[in-house]
Amino acid sequence: MQQKDVLPMKAEKADKRLSAKPVITGSEAVIRSLIAEGVDTIFGYPGGAIMPIYDALYDFQDQVHHILVRHEQGATHAAQGYARSSGKVGVAFATSGPGATNLVTGLADAYMDSTPMVCITGQVAASLLGTDAFQETDVIGITMPITKWNIQVTRQEDIPGAIAKAFYIARSGRPGPVLVDITKNAQFGEFEYEYVPCTHIRSYQPVPELKQDAVKAAAALINEAKKPFLLVGHGVLLSGAEKALIALAEKAHIPMASTLLGLSAVPVDHPLYVGLLGMHGNYGPNVLTGECDVLIAVGMRFDDRVTGDVASYANKAKVVHIEIDAAEINKIITAEVAIHADAKTALEALVTDVQPANHDEWLAEFKAAHQKEYDKVQHGELYPEAGELKMAEVVRLISEKTKGEAVLVTDVGQHQMIASRYYRFKNPNTNITSGGMGTMGFSLPAAMGAKMGTPEKEVVAVIGDGCFQMTLQELGTIYQSKIGVKIVILNNNFLGMVRQWQQLFFDKRYSSTEMVNPDFVQIAKGFFIPGKKVTAREDISAAIDEMLATDGAYLLEVVVEKEDNVFPMVPAGAPVSTIRLE
Amino acid sequence: MQKEYTVTVYTEDRIGITNRITIIFTRRGINITSLTTAETEIPGVYKFIITVMSTREKLDKVVGQIEKLIEIHRAFVHEEDEVVYQELALYKISTKSLESGDIERLIRDHQARILTITADYFVIEKTGHQQELTDFIKKLEPYGLIEYSKSGRVAIVKWSRRFHEHLKELQASSEA
Ligand SMILES: Cc1ncc(C[n+]2csc(CCOP(=O)(O)OP(=O)(O)O)c2C)c(N)n1
Ligand SMILES: [Mg+2]
Repeated sequence: MQQKDVLPMKAEKADKRLSAKPVITGSEAVIRSLIAEGVDTIFGYPGGAIMPIYDALYDFQDQVHHILVRHEQGATHAAQGYARSSGKVGVAFATSGPGATNLVTGLADAYMDSTPMVCITGQVAASLLGTDAFQETDVIGITMPITKWNIQVTRQEDIPGAIAKAFYIARSGRPGPVLVDITKNAQFGEFEYEYVPCTHIRSYQPVPELKQDAVKAAAALINEAKKPFLLVGHGVLLSGAEKALIALAEKAHIPMASTLLGLSAVPVDHPLYVGLLGMHGNYGPNVLTGECDVLIAVGMRFDDRVTGDVASYANKAKVVHIEIDAAEINKIITAEVAIHADAKTALEALVTDVQPANHDEWLAEFKAAHQKEYDKVQHGELYPEAGELKMAEVVRLISEKTKGEAVLVTDVGQHQMIASRYYRFKNPNTNITSGGMGTMGFSLPAAMGAKMGTPEKEVVAVIGDGCFQMTLQELGTIYQSKIGVKIVILNNNFLGMVRQWQQLFFDKRYSSTEMVNPDFVQIAKGFFIPGKKVTAREDISAAIDEMLATDGAYLLEVVVEKEDNVFPMVPAGAPVSTIRLE
Repeated sequence: MQKEYTVTVYTEDRIGITNRITIIFTRRGINITSLTTAETEIPGVYKFIITVMSTREKLDKVVGQIEKLIEIHRAFVHEEDEVVYQELALYKISTKSLESGDIERLIRDHQARILTITADYFVIEKTGHQQELTDFIKKLEPYGLIEYSKSGRVAIVKWSRRFHEHLKELQASSEA
């Protein structure tokens, strides 16, 4: 007993750090809790209120890789890209005040697109809360409507519990972003650390119980259907239901179309896959939505970009809606049969209850519609022989040369629609885009995150000239952290999508949409990233080869037709059957 | 059709939960006409009773979105005939008016009661539905009404038995 007293202070402290319940600071608890959740990559940016956490991080560099971004918005999109490609929870750090407010766009984007993400923000000391202290901002109040959950932690002993809950909430049920705001005093304070993962919250039921009678009712509708139609949403990817979905489609012979975020769940060359839904989707899926008699929507939320005019949407169909989020059921489209369940669980049950069927005649309608679109739109876009370069031919070449196996990260605008329409996805989770929010500037940071999440895959970002200039500072991150993303700028010297609307609906009054652009290759060069600019058709193929052969990051600028339009197009708010081919 | 509905929300005890609930009404431009909240018979579970003018269709969606919040147990929309409810009002009147005999009679006739009397003013308490409580203002005005204050609604849901049993079980199992 006596001997214990003579131990020097320091050794005693070290002892405590190694014991089962070590006494550590709140900051160290943050890092250890993240490691306990399997986190190996963090995207972030330091500042006063989060400095203790960054200091703790310094001791764990062998276990967690921190990527220093160039703007906190970039950290959120990178975390999103990481999550969407790897299926893990993305993690971002930011300081209080401006650091925290810079997370807002990414949080809102992740919330709309059901992306699991945990953001950790530093906050001023608890004693200063509410006093307008330096860099104090009410980030909890600001992010309440754009997070799945958020919490402010003011005591160090609450840190592990808050982080455990954050991860559980972010990845369970319909995933989403969570924010944990930690006051500086809690980061400094010491306590006896213990980590217990969260597996249950009594007021939260993330995975509803599958109701067999709903499955039976859905199967009965499908078995009687003459023209069944499957809509593939993001939920299919999120629940890992791709195989079950395809099994259902094959057994009951049902054509499948994808939402923008559902892309890559079904290989584009699957014989039952008929294309993309929505405003700039394919002709057949849009027009024939009005003809189907049973519509089976899986893990999707009937966004207005998909439905167009709701009153006339799928008028002849009985709707089966498979959805994990009860609030989405009957929100826009009333379901004849709602299966409130995880998509994979529901589809696996449904497959056993449906009868084999043949719908060749119905599929022939899709084939005919495709032929019409191909002749009127696609052929000319994919294989132009004269005139300026077209976005679609560039995407076709990238698709061919990557064998549809790259992770395609797209930004927002015409290039996004073209890339989504023409890239021939082969594997799940290879389409990363900002759907619900349509956040310009998303793709460069998201591509960085995607590459970090799946380093073994080729990651190609297809970006518009406008979008690129919203987050181009992340080239600095790409250089510093040696992230091998391929960047393709489809440069039409316009905010093309807005210009298209001005042309079609505002008498060609091009108000503030023309861009006088910098030399993008020169910019890349400034960040020590190799690149090339292509303006002629005969150079494009070799340039893409060179890009793909380059070890590490590469920027390819392709100057494309200036005033090209994306067709087909459903005018905003119009019935999807009125989709225009020209 | 727009009419008055009662919305009940059962929540965990958590800072900011009121804000989380009300922003969902705000997003859809629904005006909250009253809001009452207090702990239920189950420790740690709170009940919000919210009255709004809106449509059933809209409110069913709002309630779905409220239920998405992590710390919400359940939320419900109730038609007028599904709830037994009361509101409480206090009326402050100048003490001088007590000199006229008929105000005491008025108070008795309306099942109100005097809570407190000072040299300057006295306070009457009355429970009832909104209309009765505001009608009573008019009756008191001739006596010199100084101030009127009314609570939000407190309501008991007629079919609540099973849900409250469920909450109790939940409480028992989280204590175990
Ligand atoms: C942050 C943000 N601001 C504005 C918009 C509106 N917007 C949508 S697409 C677009 C044009 C995008 O231009 P560019 O990146 O050049 O792509 P293009 O359409 O020309 O392919 C704009 C301004 C948006 N979606 N996001
Ligand atoms: Mg452009």
